[in-house]
Amino acid sequence: MRHEDKLPVLLHTALCDPRQTGARPVAPAWRAGTDMDRTRQQGRGRAGVAAGAVASPAGGLPRNPLARRITALHFPTLAMDRYLRHRDRQGDPVPDDLPLALAVDGPHGPVLHATNRAARLAGMRLGERVVDMRALCPDLQVEFADIAGDRAMLARLMLWCRRWCPWTALDGDTGLVMDTTGSDHLWGGEAAMLRDIEEKFALMGLSCDLAIAPTHGAAWALSRHGGLRETCQGPELAPRMAPLPVAALRLTPDTVLLLQRLGLKTVGELAAVPRRALARRFARAELPSNPLMRLDQMMGRLAEPVQSPDDPPRFAVQSRLPEPVIDPEPHLPALARELCAGLVAEGMGARRVTLHLYRTDGEVAALSVATARASRDPDHLLRLFEGRLDRLDPGFGFDLVTLEASVVEALDMVQTRIDGHVDSETELARLIDRLSARFGADRITRPAARDSHIPERREGWQSAMVPAAGALASPRSPRPLRLLDPPEEIRVLYAVPEGPPVQFTWRRLAHKVTRFAGPERIAPEWWADRPSARLRDYYRIETQHGRRYWLFREGVAGDGRGGPPRWFLHGVFS
Amino acid sequence: MRCAPPAPKTAAQLLSDRAAGPAAAVDSPTLTEVFAENASDGGPLGFLLAQLAPDDGPVLWISDRLSRQESGRLCIAGLPHPLEVIAVDVNRPLDVLWAMEQGLGCGVLGAVVGEVWGDPPQLDFTATKRLALRAEAHGVAAWLVRRAAHPNLSAARKRWRVASLAALPDPDDSRAPGAPLWRASLFRSRWGAPGDWVARATAQGGLHLDHRVEADAAPPRAAEH
Repeated sequence: MRHEDKLPVLLHTALCDPRQTGARPVAPAWRAGTDMDRTRQQGRGRAGVAAGAVASPAGGLPRNPLARRITALHFPTLAMDRYLRHRDRQGDPVPDDLPLALAVDGPHGPVLHATNRAARLAGMRLGERVVDMRALCPDLQVEFADIAGDRAMLARLMLWCRRWCPWTALDGDTGLVMDTTGSDHLWGGEAAMLRDIEEKFALMGLSCDLAIAPTHGAAWALSRHGGLRETCQGPELAPRMAPLPVAALRLTPDTVLLLQRLGLKTVGELAAVPRRALARRFARAELPSNPLMRLDQMMGRLAEPVQSPDDPPRFAVQSRLPEPVIDPEPHLPALARELCAGLVAEGMGARRVTLHLYRTDGEVAALSVATARASRDPDHLLRLFEGRLDRLDPGFGFDLVTLEASVVEALDMVQTRIDGHVDSETELARLIDRLSARFGADRITRPAARDSHIPERREGWQSAMVPAAGALASPRSPRPLRLLDPPEEIRVLYAVPEGPPVQFTWRRLAHKVTRFAGPERIAPEWWADRPSARLRDYYRIETQHGRRYWLFREGVAGDGRGGPPRWFLHGVFS
Repeated sequence: MRCAPPAPKTAAQLLSDRAAGPAAAVDSPTLTEVFAENASDGGPLGFLLAQLAPDDGPVLWISDRLSRQESGRLCIAGLPHPLEVIAVDVNRPLDVLWAMEQGLGCGVLGAVVGEVWGDPPQLDFTATKRLALRAEAHGVAAWLVRRAAHPNLSAARKRWRVASLAALPDPDDSRAPGAPLWRASLFRSRWGAPGDWVARATAQGGLHLDHRVEADAAPPRAAEH
């Protein structure tokens, strides 16, 4: 139903878009002169374009370009609302009278991105540098904004908004747009629906401005520059838009400034200018800086359908049992096969599979397994659950079992090998999956290079579930086979304080040093260490038993960073 | 992409291989135990690593909590040759055995190394027999590194006891230790005769065994107290 409904809108676009009149292919940027010439030959002006829009696409019913109802939502303080909500959830709410600002990096240091009410009252302005604003308000608290997180939240909100109507889309960084044509009566009319939307968002702690108008442009303008929950009908569109400022046309700031310098302060003044003059001036301008096209979009002469992305596919299967069972294991193979069939049909593979078991007494038990590579092999997924179902408490039994691929990735079909075997990477990934399912993903690790020359920081171990990093470059001087973590302190006898030890006591045993190599000096990393960190002089020594160890002295005598230097045993050589 | 591993051998194939002659069985991957005479000694690891070839595939390195605590973590920069290591950090010796069995079923691995501290009751003849058979069937070498352990009953095909010896002199620095030497005694072997050798790693990445001569026949025995 969704596609059938969208189709006329697209045809409508093709007809009323002045760039696309005629049969020639769409040019990337249109020349106003040629189009204008043709429309004049046909005796059509502005009204003509509008009339073209009204002409029926399928040769039957005339369509009114202002028949749709578009709702625009604007979250003026999305970043701050989200941050305050985050702090509330952490159990650390921000007091109302504390001036708080979120900052982003600017060309000359951080600039303000969002402010709370107390900061606004203290005179903080967005886009100003943090240091300037701190000078005005010394107790301003500044945190860094999470732009990507805000965007992800807006994308989630967009999907959540489909509770009111099926077509929603993102609209810039702080807005959403919904095509609510024919949906409002389900919520008791447009005014009631707007109140409902606002209330639901207020419950989430988000303040939002919203408006309904026949076109996207008009709804956008009214939500940002109009009144409270404004609705605008088709006939009153032009008079309602006329007093709005030109910034309501979704133009770039440069274009707004240019129009203001030309003396065009409001939409009405812009609409009163003869179309040819504007067309000549902005012939080559792109859409965001072209006031004429923006005006056409606002007035419905240039169609702008809401391009709603599809719902992300959700892979979940369930099995409702006639009687409660204690052991869910016999039901899993069928569920896994069904889930994998769905994944195959969509060309996806699961990275994380969650099993939900609903107990008869209302408890829900969840069990989740992850895979190192996207997989849709039911046998492999089942093996990951092996031995883990025993830990679930069945109570009086489960009566509903669901299996969901909660994280999925695109997985292309690969041709199987002629001998029927899987390739080595897949086999290794499956081994890692099985080990991770039993011991936890953080226990299966691969070495990862770190940019450091302190021995214990140089090698990080990262989870084997993520793809392998590049190989580590080996250092010039020999390194031990094992590193003690943390280094163990030893008691040392030495001939001179700066020299190698003669004898040391480690784990209550005395070792005599027969041969040594060193010292190798490793300085602390001043950019990462605390200021009192001391340098290390490493010695590779051999004891009288023939064992080889790696010792270091932390600091040198008289370096002014603490008392006499201490000695540690850090590694064992082969 | 490496080539797919061959199909695991059945018990009948293993038997027929052994019947064909001991020479074929000696070189095939199997379960080997390496006992460290001293728990903090790095020699047994060097002895083991000298026998791992980097071309065989990644190495699954499983260690229990006590081994990591007492003898430290593996340091990749100190490996004698670059190896692709996947480390599995588990708590109990039983988990080491389970993870080793899982790893031995994956034929693309070059080797599976398990570090077990002490003498856990689970590491008995049956457990080692399972490991040995699985290693031979899938052609993956299995290594058990035993520290602070007694050589109890085990089905490992080769059992070594390894300790460090004083290193060769460094050609550039007379005061410094050079290439490491180990005293390796093979005290149980299924296919070969037991023996006592001085082992060192060769430059080509293998192990070289020398017979002990009288000069180094009296190394300082690891007397701890």
